Amino acid sequence: MATYNIKVNGKMHKVEADADTPILWVLRDHLNLVGTKYGCGIAQCGACTIHVNGDAARSCSIPISSIAEKEITTIEGLSDIVRHPIQDAWREHDVPQCGYCQAGQMMSASSLIKQHPNPTDDQIDTAMRGNICRCATYKRIKSAIKTATK
Amino acid sequence: MNSSNKHTIKRRSFLKKSILSGGGLILGFNFYNCEADVEIAKKAIPSLEIPEKWNELNAFLKIGNNGVVTIMSPNPEIGQNIKTSMPMIVAEELEVDWKNVLVEQASLNTDWYKRQVAGGSQSIRQGWESLRKVGATAKQMLVQTAANRWSLSLNECKAQNGIVSNIMNEETLTYAELAEEASKLEAPKEVKLKDPADFKIIGQAKKNVDIEPLLSGKPLFGIDTKKEGMVYAVISRPPGFGMKLSSLDDSEAKKVNGVIDIFKFEDSQSDLRGIMNEKVAVIANSTWSAMKARKALKLSWVKSDAVENTSDHDAGLNKLLQERQKEPRRNDGDIDKAFAEADIVLEKIYEAPFLPHNCLEPMNFYADITGDKAEVLGPVQTPQWARIRLAKLLDRPETDITVGMTRMGGGFGRRLFGDFVIEAAQLSQKVNKPVQLIFSREDDMVSGTYRPASKYRIKAGVKNGEVTAYHLTEACVNGNMYDNITNFFPAGAIPNMRIDTNSLESNISTGAWRAPYTNFLAFAEQSFFDELAKEMGKDEIDLRLELFEKAKSNADAGYEYDPEKSIAVTKLALEKAKWGKARAGISQGFCMYYSHNTHVAEIADVAIEDGQAVVKKITCAIHCGIVVNPLGAINQVEGGIIDGIGHAMYGDLSFEDGKPSANNFHQYRLIRMGEQPEIEVHFVPSKEDPTGLGEPSLPPAGGAIANAIFKATGKRLYKQPFVKEDALLG
Repeated sequence: MATYNIKVNGKMHKVEADADTPILWVLRDHLNLVGTKYGCGIAQCGACTIHVNGDAARSCSIPISSIAEKEITTIEGLSDIVRHPIQDAWREHDVPQCGYCQAGQMMSASSLIKQHPNPTDDQIDTAMRGNICRCATYKRIKSAIKTATK
Repeated sequence: MNSSNKHTIKRRSFLKKSILSGGGLILGFNFYNCEADVEIAKKAIPSLEIPEKWNELNAFLKIGNNGVVTIMSPNPEIGQNIKTSMPMIVAEELEVDWKNVLVEQASLNTDWYKRQVAGGSQSIRQGWESLRKVGATAKQMLVQTAANRWSLSLNECKAQNGIVSNIMNEETLTYAELAEEASKLEAPKEVKLKDPADFKIIGQAKKNVDIEPLLSGKPLFGIDTKKEGMVYAVISRPPGFGMKLSSLDDSEAKKVNGVIDIFKFEDSQSDLRGIMNEKVAVIANSTWSAMKARKALKLSWVKSDAVENTSDHDAGLNKLLQERQKEPRRNDGDIDKAFAEADIVLEKIYEAPFLPHNCLEPMNFYADITGDKAEVLGPVQTPQWARIRLAKLLDRPETDITVGMTRMGGGFGRRLFGDFVIEAAQLSQKVNKPVQLIFSREDDMVSGTYRPASKYRIKAGVKNGEVTAYHLTEACVNGNMYDNITNFFPAGAIPNMRIDTNSLESNISTGAWRAPYTNFLAFAEQSFFDELAKEMGKDEIDLRLELFEKAKSNADAGYEYDPEKSIAVTKLALEKAKWGKARAGISQGFCMYYSHNTHVAEIADVAIEDGQAVVKKITCAIHCGIVVNPLGAINQVEGGIIDGIGHAMYGDLSFEDGKPSANNFHQYRLIRMGEQPEIEVHFVPSKEDPTGLGEPSLPPAGGAIANAIFKATGKRLYKQPFVKEDALLG
């Protein structure tokens, strides 16, 4: 066990954990930020997507020891008032079915539109291919991303 | 419905406690869920204040002294959106503004609610009348209270938007002003329901009641449960069916930080997943510690029973496909005579593999079986089933056991089996602590209740241009189609029809998977009819329309679908898809299927792009009666179609030595962003009671794309997943 100081959603947290503990479980079990979801544990489904220094990353595959000074943003910190353009678009399109994957979808989508303010269909498909939606809300996800970048 | 004092008192004290105690399990859950719900309402009504006092009119609803209404959602929410649509039905008859409604998830309560199950696309269909009566009863109690105050008859008062008005003058009373007194009235025995023409909420697009907590990542799901003193558990189960534990060395695992206990335990109820197994539980103070220690276990497993292979299943199913039952499931006329006299006989075999459910939220459950407590909470489609099993496990009456429901990260049939509820309870009892059990993705995919591998042999005979004989033989692992499916199309349309079903017994646990049986049968049957039409030199749509007409004229033949509705959805789909008006490079395929009381026609547009067949568009026409919430309904239909395409194209699980071929998403292909086509959904306008919607759009998707792919490529598909059948699809 070691002590880590990590910055999550703009706040510093002191965490006692093994070096190999994935950020996913630090968020969920240590910090009680359960919006970031576990889906596969091997970076294949995207349910655990967060931002590390502003870019989408799979938190299930990032050990706490590699985070150092990097800034983590989770769905809980995407917008204080739940009004990020991606959240507004998700609300407008009523995207979720079961909703379990949607935090990860929104984190991937918000990273995408930061990089590509007017993404093409191909750019959307590429950026979002890592996020499985088992209910298959892909059509609404894509429409929502387009609305968010209008 | 609850109107007795006993229940009222119980319920009131329950609510009171739920506000006061944040810590108790079920009470705590309701309280915490309520917080999320209040947040939603605050978005909708910025001025919303939590009422100081709630007045409960029945088990489904309470009205605050400020006019805010809470409606309980009785059934488990798995993504089918009933947490929004069931309360909409109550609100409609109650005559309140939807903006003033808060929705709360009910716990299991068999005294108050009926059929708290998520399965068979039946929540809305079976809840329709009783939910309407719940709202109408409460409305009448409120109106009666106003009528009493004004010394008028019920007919002289009118309720609208949470206000009762005296139709003789301008006087009004709000529900908030009436609720306390109304709650003391006896519930009326008979109530008048609204004319659907007057619906103001039903039929309107209403957003998911959980949208705000979903957008902000608030805890809603079972896996998000955190309770005082709770520990985490993972379980090592046998890696294959027919295997058992032979040795356990936990010396390294015990050294992992945070580990509390490691022990062997057995299934207490051998029929849970059809197998009796010894398993190893790891209990720790965090999920990661439990997972890490579990990886450090040195376990060896040996054969305890037959270890099965897909090649054995293939051989067994092929043999069964040729067998007739002594008592066929359906036997109209005389197929043997008809085949002997036929001008054309066509026979084809269709094959499908096992499928895991792959709910994105892996199986998990919370259990607190400590001291006098017997409380469980989490995602299960059949909470009552779970409670019956728990009562047996704990040897306690069901009334001692509390089952709370969380929002579920998908169900698809996997959560009909509450094996994980029993496991969580066993572990909590053993360690005498509240336990949150979690399956890793690997556990989830390897310890499934899979869609069984199955094959269909379909044979039809044609005489003088008419289909005279139809013989469907099903061979399926662990059981066969439900009885009502034997009454689906083409029953009634073909005079000589026989259905034989044969089961191949296996120790692999199998179960319902979204649209059981029909999820594959629809493709087999509907691509067979396309091929048959071609053999007959007939247009494939004309053939189907002729068969629907025959069924119509043969109304006593014993079938469940409605030929008129089949024709209606077929014609609507043809019109909307511009069928027959060829566009360059587009090939169209048709499929019509009835399931879960709903009729659906789908047309796939397929193009060849860079040497690959690509599904460009699906046009869907659907008859599901009254559409309660079009916004949610379209989402269900679109999701079902994409799910149907994904599994027909890519879904594949085989077994070798009892072990599944995939244990995580690097080995198992699910449909992903960019692979979904454009989709158009058209509902047939209807004033009839609603029918199923969570499943019926899935079965026709595979048939529609297979028929379109044939037109585009000239190749017939007989085996799922399609991607393995043709390089064009790779």
